[in-house]
Amino acid sequence: MKILVLVKRVIDYNVKARVKSDGSGIDLANVKMSMNPFDEIALEEAVRLKEKGVATEIVAVSIGVKQAQETLRSALALGADRAILVEAEPGTDIEPLAVAKLLAKIVETEKPGLVLAGKQAIDNDMNATGQMLAALLGWGQATFASAITVEKDFADVTREVDGGLQTIRVKLPAIITADLRLNEPRYASLPNIMKAKKKPLEEKTAADYGIDVTPRLVVLRTDEPAVRKAGVKVGSVDELIVKLKHEAGVF
Amino acid sequence: MNVKGNVMMAETKLKPKDMPDLSRFDWEDAFRLDGQLTEEERMLRDAARAYAQEKLQPRVIAAYRDEITDPAIFREMGGMGLLGVTVPEEYGGVGASYVSYGLVAREIERVDSGYRSMMSVQSSLVMYPIYAYGSEDHRRKYLPKLASGEWIGCFGLTEPDAGSDPAGMKTVAKKTATGYVLNGSKTWISNAPIADVFIVWAKSEAHDGKIRGFVLDKGLKGLSAPKIGGKLSLRASITGEIVLQDVVVGEEALLPGVEGLKGPFGCLNRARYGIAWGVLGAAEFCFQAARQYGLDRKQFGKPLAGTQIYQLKLANMLTELSLGLQASLRVGRLLDEANAAPEMISIVKRNNCGKALEIARLARDMHGGNGIHEEFQVIRHMVNLETVNTYEGTHDVHALILGRAITGIQAFC
Repeated sequence: MKILVLVKRVIDYNVKARVKSDGSGIDLANVKMSMNPFDEIALEEAVRLKEKGVATEIVAVSIGVKQAQETLRSALALGADRAILVEAEPGTDIEPLAVAKLLAKIVETEKPGLVLAGKQAIDNDMNATGQMLAALLGWGQATFASAITVEKDFADVTREVDGGLQTIRVKLPAIITADLRLNEPRYASLPNIMKAKKKPLEEKTAADYGIDVTPRLVVLRTDEPAVRKAGVKVGSVDELIVKLKHEAGVF
Repeated sequence: MNVKGNVMMAETKLKPKDMPDLSRFDWEDAFRLDGQLTEEERMLRDAARAYAQEKLQPRVIAAYRDEITDPAIFREMGGMGLLGVTVPEEYGGVGASYVSYGLVAREIERVDSGYRSMMSVQSSLVMYPIYAYGSEDHRRKYLPKLASGEWIGCFGLTEPDAGSDPAGMKTVAKKTATGYVLNGSKTWISNAPIADVFIVWAKSEAHDGKIRGFVLDKGLKGLSAPKIGGKLSLRASITGEIVLQDVVVGEEALLPGVEGLKGPFGCLNRARYGIAWGVLGAAEFCFQAARQYGLDRKQFGKPLAGTQIYQLKLANMLTELSLGLQASLRVGRLLDEANAAPEMISIVKRNNCGKALEIARLARDMHGGNGIHEEFQVIRHMVNLETVNTYEGTHDVHALILGRAITGIQAFC
């Protein structure tokens, strides 16, 4: 079975994001970028499925700027067999619907038995691409996966839902999106990083698939999170209750 | 509108380099070293950092306190590909650049100079001479197992009476019908007590008393490697002697490719280059720790980092670190172009070790009383760097190497 893994290049989770001075978005100049951590988990799951003999080939796909090549190289170093980059013009934000449409085209040609992705990208937290792709393909979806067992024609997926775990069975092919606790990704060894250079990386553009990626959403403004105000110390329980009643409006 | 429009017009005519607003400064990467590296170099560095922070950092405090060298670290490093970064892939190495090797050293030494020593000795002082001076049989026999960490190697040059002056060594190799008999003793040898492979330098009577390299396997009769105890620095990295008492070896123990001091120096140049990067990792840790401590610690109603003297120290630290990184990168690029001179390595080894030690001492001081506690880690780096400043050519001896190059007059003796 072939597995398609979606990987996105995002601002590194350790970096403190800064809003551009004109409020048009996040300043990405000279900022460390890396693979979306949830996608790393999805990729790790694919590699484990290959090690178990369930998967035969892993294809990593990224849609974004040319530098997303680096993200794909990391994916190849971690165990993907080949990679596809759909390149966008710098500065274009390709929205989930456009991404899903492009992916649907890639799925048509690649014919994977399973598509794995992170539940969301940590940059804009859309949490939409996997779901939209499932809808476009008419495939089953299992989101927020914390455990996956793949059988011949179906997969049993444990999902993290509010208040507990839910296990569902989806027919294959299907889309599964990874949650934080699905696995703990390995890191690439140095020899594997070197070998990744020799693995094939195909470069495409959105036009190759005939998909219009023009944004449909308009960003009106981007703001830094409000700075937390300093707290106050109260002298007694009574004072606390008064404050809760009149200032915090708890009661 | 009109006026504003004119201003806009003027601005669009300016080239980006002439725009009044310059770029934003990043104190964690002052000269944007990141942008000077290739994608491959960044990936190798990040992999080394992930391993070092997740696997080495959690155990270093106890390892240092209890003076424990865990041989499993060699297997782990081997599994990650951290041993023999510059050795070609066909012999089990990574086949990467010297810049990559330097970046790896920096990441490992960010955790501890002892761990970096274990790695440098294996890579530059054992795998390199086997690769560069050994026969094809030597390469096939030793390199893959040294690269995987299955075998641990050590390098015997220094003797009790021959430190900065290695030409004064007393270890000798006498020719026999089928090989050599080695006699002598080596001291301050990293990894020796747990080593499987010994690179030993000796004066060979059959080669007009010239220095030759021998590769010996553990377990030879008359070969022993007692541990040196009582070390108050580099405690996570074991050090020993090598005692050679009528050690009989075959002809195949001789490294055929080199003779004279050029043999050991070829190895040392590479190890010293790695040290130049490594110490900056240790110093960067100290700098960042001091910065954080200064922001967190409040005295007289404000953070220590809000005082001029604290900021002056941080500014000096960042300046030396940034200059040192640029110099190391330059020497690394020259090494990769086969265009580096030993004196360049002397400059960066000497300067970076001295500056790193100074930064660690300052960081220790800036931590106040907490600075002496193992948990804050700066004193461990500081004490480690005392060794690193001394080994592989002391600060002063590298000055003499440079002095000789500048004046043409040697002043060693």
